[in-house]
Amino acid sequence: MKSPFDNLDKVLEHRARLQIISVLIANESFDFNSIKELLAITDGSLATHMKALEREKYITVIKTFIDRKPNTKYKVTERGRGAFKRHLDAMEELIKQQKK
Amino acid sequence: MNQNRTYQNDLESIRKLMERSSKFISLSGLAGILAGIYALLGACFVYYLVHYPVSPFEYRIYSIQKPWIIAQLISVAFLVLTLSVLTGVWLSFKKAKRNGRAFWDSTSKRILINLLIPLASGGVFILILLWNGHFGIAAPACLIFYGLALLNASPNLFEEVRYLGYSEIVLGLISAALPGYGLLFWSFGFGVLHIIYGSVMYKRYDK
Repeated sequence: MKSPFDNLDKVLEHRARLQIISVLIANESFDFNSIKELLAITDGSLATHMKALEREKYITVIKTFIDRKPNTKYKVTERGRGAFKRHLDAMEELIKQQKK
Repeated sequence: MNQNRTYQNDLESIRKLMERSSKFISLSGLAGILAGIYALLGACFVYYLVHYPVSPFEYRIYSIQKPWIIAQLISVAFLVLTLSVLTGVWLSFKKAKRNGRAFWDSTSKRILINLLIPLASGGVFILILLWNGHFGIAAPACLIFYGLALLNASPNLFEEVRYLGYSEIVLGLISAALPGYGLLFWSFGFGVLHIIYGSVMYKRYDK
């Protein structure tokens, strides 16, 4: 039998990444600095997580300029949305199983 | 067991994060109450200006046509609006600061845009109505467009705002069918409803 552990998403098992995706699911788009403030993590660490999520095609990057300053916004993709949902379902399943 | 607790913590933390990132929870209930009071004061002033000594509960079959009075009515409406917005911004700013949260962020920006689109269209529409002499349905139109604006911004606000939006729209439609009670409905929608919903929000979230 397949264990619910196998359904956990390897990329989203990292807490910060799960948090980033959840913010992008709750909002249409979010910019880099706002995510940084919300999660209270450093530039470097956030950039690494963003790269990882981008590589999996869970998020898309939109680069725009506001008053000639670069402004990087992120959106979740359908793929990312699906992965988030499956990961959450797996987490719930695990909690349920271990409560028995 | 330990692992289990971690998952539960994770779930809890992302639930909070999703809410925190999308909801503007600094909206002050007290500001709603004050906006209601301003509206009632404005309505009293208008009543004495236009209808006194006819009872405010009497159905009117005449409508005001004098440009000077219309100009005064528009000024009162603008004054009430400006005071309410300023109070709202000021008290919400204070609340945000007290809770150590940003007042101006992507959420409040989105709320502003979502509010402004129906409000600005409504404002222009009402000015066109007045320009063409349709004075009777200007007050209902204020209520309807304001309700739509609240509804449009409500996903990023407390859920009470959505119900306030519905109430304003229903009230506006009833009022449009009974234009002789325009001022009365206007006072109820902008005065009494704001005070009621403001008090609920004040009790639930301000303390």
